[in-house]
Formats: sequence, structure tokens, C-alpha cells
Amino acid sequence: MARRTFSIGGVHPHDSKISRACAIEVLPTPPVVYLSVAQHIGAPAVPVVKPGDKVKVGQVIAEPGGFVSAFIHSSVSGTVKSVGPRKDLAGNSQTHIEIAVEGDEWLEGIDTSDTLITDIPEDNKAILDKIRLGGIVGLGGATFPTHVKLSPPPGMKCERLIINGCECEPYLTSDFRTLLEKGEQVVIGAAILKQVLGGVPCTIAIEENKPEAIAHIREVIASLEKVSPKFAGIEVLSLKKRYPQGGEKQLIDAVMHRQVASGALPISVGAVVQNVATALAVYDAVQKGKPIIDNSVTVTGECFPHQANLLVRVGTPLRYILDYLGGIPEEAAKVISGGPMMGRAVANLDAATLKGTGALLLLTEAQTRRRPETNCIRCGKCADACPMGLEPFLLQKLSRLGDVEALEENAAQDCIECGCCLYSCPAGIPLLDIIRLGKGAALSAIRARNVKK
Amino acid sequence: MKVLILTIAIITALGLVLSIVLFLVAKKFRVEEDPRIDEVEKVMPGANCGGCGFAGCRAFAESAVKAPDLDSHFCPVGGNDVMAKVAAILGFEVKAKAPMVAVVRCNGTCANRPKVNEYDGFATCKVKATLYSGDTACAYGCLGCGDCVAACQFGALRMNPETGLPEVDETKCTACGACVKACPKAIIELRNKGPRGMREYVSCVNKDKGPAAKKACSAACIGCGICVKTCTHEAIVLENNVAYIDYGKCKLCRECEAMCPTGAIHGINFPKPLDKEAVKARIQARQQKAREENNKEA
Repeated sequence: MARRTFSIGGVHPHDSKISRACAIEVLPTPPVVYLSVAQHIGAPAVPVVKPGDKVKVGQVIAEPGGFVSAFIHSSVSGTVKSVGPRKDLAGNSQTHIEIAVEGDEWLEGIDTSDTLITDIPEDNKAILDKIRLGGIVGLGGATFPTHVKLSPPPGMKCERLIINGCECEPYLTSDFRTLLEKGEQVVIGAAILKQVLGGVPCTIAIEENKPEAIAHIREVIASLEKVSPKFAGIEVLSLKKRYPQGGEKQLIDAVMHRQVASGALPISVGAVVQNVATALAVYDAVQKGKPIIDNSVTVTGECFPHQANLLVRVGTPLRYILDYLGGIPEEAAKVISGGPMMGRAVANLDAATLKGTGALLLLTEAQTRRRPETNCIRCGKCADACPMGLEPFLLQKLSRLGDVEALEENAAQDCIECGCCLYSCPAGIPLLDIIRLGKGAALSAIRARNVKK
Repeated sequence: MKVLILTIAIITALGLVLSIVLFLVAKKFRVEEDPRIDEVEKVMPGANCGGCGFAGCRAFAESAVKAPDLDSHFCPVGGNDVMAKVAAILGFEVKAKAPMVAVVRCNGTCANRPKVNEYDGFATCKVKATLYSGDTACAYGCLGCGDCVAACQFGALRMNPETGLPEVDETKCTACGACVKACPKAIIELRNKGPRGMREYVSCVNKDKGPAAKKACSAACIGCGICVKTCTHEAIVLENNVAYIDYGKCKLCRECEAMCPTGAIHGINFPKPLDKEAVKARIQARQQKAREENNKEA
């Protein structure tokens, strides 16, 4: 059977998953953590602690600042040192809560044992509450608050839950390791999400380059199905390897053969997509009472001798992580937070990890050097590669001209910033960098119009 | 021969009929346009830069002709000369405006503001600003890619390779404001040109607290407020850890410039260089006198 994938565009960058054999290792707690109040899309959280306060692991330190916002919990136990501006990964100022670590005392009610809890509570409202209070956000990269995604707007019905285990970005292996090592928890998390969404069928989508994970999850589902009927209706789907398959709209296309309209939410075609790491966080929050206080981070790169998948407390300074693994090698020229396609270069190594930090990638100068820009030769490779069916060569021209009306007409706002156009351009034109500007302009024009109405 | 005559006759008849139709249509649908629009447009500089806020010189002329007065119309490129001509055509009174000039409010030269990382992305300030805070520790300062230089239609801006900052050629700057719009960090400001070009301004927009600002750039405004206390004309305000001189109130006494601990305040086009020590002594004497008077009253 021909394996499924999404229908338009996409590229095939080299896999480079060199850290795939490294088991997830627990990083020792750093002496100090910095927790940003903007760990999610939406309104920043509002700090509820002040300097001098004693906090325990799992204690709420910031409350949601709006509907689309999330709780933030202390990832360590110790004393709050300061609440104030600090530079984030991009060097921009953001409010951070600084906590000096003392011991490792967890809040009462959090089950820190390894026992697997397969009994899923019946009350969906209580589950949703636990997800909200656990500060769970989408850990696939967009960090959208999960409880908002699980409450479909009136009139819309979810038909299928998709658990995203594609990990289509090169180098990243943290989801793969999670599937292998915590497969049971992920499947139980998926079953919880499935129940909240009204018992819809669930697909765990994994790309074919992770056969171990596919086999393991199939085994886990088979054994859990014997425990409870709640685990029926969860299937594993092996997808063809192609970037950006992990994009929400692309994944829905690959799994359900449905296309999400421009500007519409995935729920409009009856799909809810959650990441593997999010499913694990849901398991932790609902079954163990543990909010998001840590996440798996892949630390990798050809020039980096100590590849690792680490379980890192949220708010750990990047320098601490890299120093733990032997420091930054001399030939490394760039540290990227995330994968090579969509990740962003880190401007400030003293910045701390966020809930959504999935990887630290170290690249040498030869690997990151840009090709000199030459004129567009109209080959159309970018348009072939665009998974959203856009015309990047046109959008970049319009972006340079600042023609917002035409940008909107040509759907610049639909760009998912996957970087396929830039990757495929033989002329070395920084298409995405320029289109991002146009996308911003188009989006703010649309927003301004909606406000007026 | 017959064919030739017939052809000429038909074409002539057709021409006559059509010319009558055209004549009637032109008479019926005649658009009355104010002749002054053309006159105004003729005296405009014709740069079509949009600095006045209209789509071009023609749009400016159309709007000016309809306007009840010229308060909301000003051509920054032509300045008072052009506005006087426009006012004469339209029969308005002339209101002279003080000439403005673009001022770059960043002092983050390569020496003052060391680089902390290297940017290898697409070299425009706008793109750079969407990606991160910049290649120095200052998140507010000039990004140095020259978007303002590219935006200037009058060749009044150039990047100084030594400082890495844009420089304004005052003789060419028309204060159209294109660079102000182009700068994603809002560093460039249109300020009063001042008598004989003399002006005083704070060359920094860093909103960080003192220690952080100073760490990022040795010539940053650290928000200490000494200038505010020194100024006897209440021309300086301190907001968000950065001082701002109101050019409408500034009397160009240069006292703030002498007192600024980081040299963030710049005075330019003054005939003599600032004798900092003399000015400081003058201020201290004045403050001493004020204290003594206070003590006497008490």
C-alpha cells in the first residue's frame, strides 16, 4: 500500500536524526531558573509571586492573563529572587520570574512515582479543568493553550483526533524518544483527549522513518486494549516521510484528506491535532496531577560530540544545558532553538528554556552560511515546494513593494513559515524572511478590518 | 477611380458624423476642474515623496484647493518658499513653519556598543527586527542595515562605515519623513532645524534601566535624570528611563549636554566647542546660590 502524505508541496531535507539512539536523560536541576511569563501564544501570564516567596515544584507562579493564556508553575523548589525584565532567546525584554533552587520539594498531590495509571476518570469537565490548571500548551511548537483547543466553538464537531508524532524536522528526536520510552503514557494521554472530544476515533500519525516507534506504539495499543475498552479506536498511521508533515493543516490533509480553508481552524473540517509531547503532558496532568514543569529537549548537531535527549526543567538557562554536555565546541557558529527548518537562532545563551523549547541545535559556519542572493530565475521551485499552495516568488516581490492589498489577495497570511521556499530556491533568495514581513502586514490589515466591524 | 471616390466619401462622412458626436459628448460631460490645481501643482517640487501625507504633488494640490485654509497642508520638501507660492495662488495668508530635519537618535557606534552576535540573515532592518533584538546587547538601537538610506529619495542619508550608523546631510534633508517611517526601531525623529542649524537632542532611545543600558552601550541614556534637574527651561522630560528634549522649549544653553554623564546628549552646529568644565562650574555656582537663598528663607 502506498503510504499517505499531504497533497501539495513539501521538501525532503536530509534526516540527520543523529541523536535517535540517545535515551532521554534527566538533566540535573540547575542552581537557578528563569520562567518567562510568555510561554504560550496569547496573553502573557500574570505573576502571582513576589521576591522572597518560597515555592515548591508544581506551584502556580503566574495565572492566565486572558482566555487564550495559560498557568505557569514553578519547575523547581526554592525562593523567588526577582520578578522583572530579562532578555529572552531573541534578546527582547520579557518579564521573567527568577527562582533560586533549594532542594527538590514537590507540591503535595503530585504523584512522582513511575506507576502507570490506566483508569481514566469519567468526568470530562474535571479533566478539562486539570488540563487548564496544569498549564498545558501545545508542545509541537505553536504553544497554543490545549484547553482552548479542546473546547470546540458551538456548532463545530470534532470527528477525529490526530496525535502528531511526525517530527518531520531534521535532527529532532525528542518526540521519537518519548514514543519509545513513554509510549504507554502517550497512548493513555491520547485516550483521555479522545474521551474529552466525545469518543472520536484517534490516529497517531508517525513518519515511516521511525519504524521502531510505529511498532512499539502498535504493541502498546494492543496490550492496553485488553485492559479497558476505552483504548479501542486508537490506530497508528505510518506516513511517508516529507517536510512539513507535522504542520497542522498538512497533517490533516495527510490523515483525513481534508483541506482546511484559508483563515479557518482545523476544527472546521472536524479535526483536532495534538502533539505527542502534549499527549504525555495531558497524561501527567490528569493521571498524576503534575503540571508542565519539564519537557524533553534534543541537544544535537554534527559538531557537537555529546548528542543527547534531555528531560529539562522549564526555565533552565541554555548555557547550563550546553555546559552539562561539555560546553559549546569551537567550530559551532550558531545555536538554534528548534529544528533547522523552522527554528530560530539564539541571540542570548543566558536565556532560559520555555515549555515549547524542543531542541537546541548547534551548527558550524559551513552549515549555516547563506548562498549569495542572485536574481530570481523564474524556475518555480518555490511554488512547487510550498505546502500551502502559495507563490513565494510573487509574495516576496509584493512584500518588498509593501503592497498589502495584493499580499492579502495572494494569501500571504496563509504562510506557515515552514521555510520550504527558501530551502528550494536555487538563487539563494531569502524568500521566507521577506514574506514574513508581508504576512505580518497582511495579518494586521485583516485584524484592523475585523476590529472596525 | 469610382472606388477611390466612394472610399473618400464614406470616410469623410464617417469622420463628420463622429466629430459631431464627440463634440456633443464633450460638451455634455465636460468636467469642470479648478484651474488653480494645475497652477499649484506647477509650483510644487514634483518629488511625489508623500512627505505631506498625500499620495503625491497632484493629490496635495487637489486637496489644498478645496481646503478652507492651509493649516493641514505643508510640503516639507518645498518648505516655506513653496508654501508661500501656494498661498499666493489660493489667496491664503502665509504661515511660516520652522524648518525640520531628520535626526538619528542612536549613539551606538562600533566603539560604544560592542557586538554580541553576528547577523547573517537578509540585510534589511525590517527583516532583522522581526527576527530578534539585534547584534548588540541594546534592543533599542540602530540595526545598521540602512533601511533609512534606501528610503531617502533625496540622497540625504548615508551609512558611516566607521560608526555603523546613518548620517544626515542637512543640506539635502527635506524632512519628508520617509526615513522615520522606514526605521523599525523608531530612532529617527523629525526635529526643529534650529537657529543656524544649532540643536540639542538626546541621541538614545534605550528604555532599559541604567545599568542594563550602560552595559549594552557606553553612550546610552541611563535615565539618571541629571539633565532634567539641570534644565532651567523645563524642556526635558524623563520617561521610561530615557530623556527627551522638547525642541519647542529648549533654549540651546547646552547645560544638559555638559552634565550628561554618558555623553548621550548631543549639541550640533554650535560655533564653539562646548567647554564642559566652565558650564559645570556655572551650574554649580547657580545651584550653590539657590541653596544659600533657601537656607536664608528657612
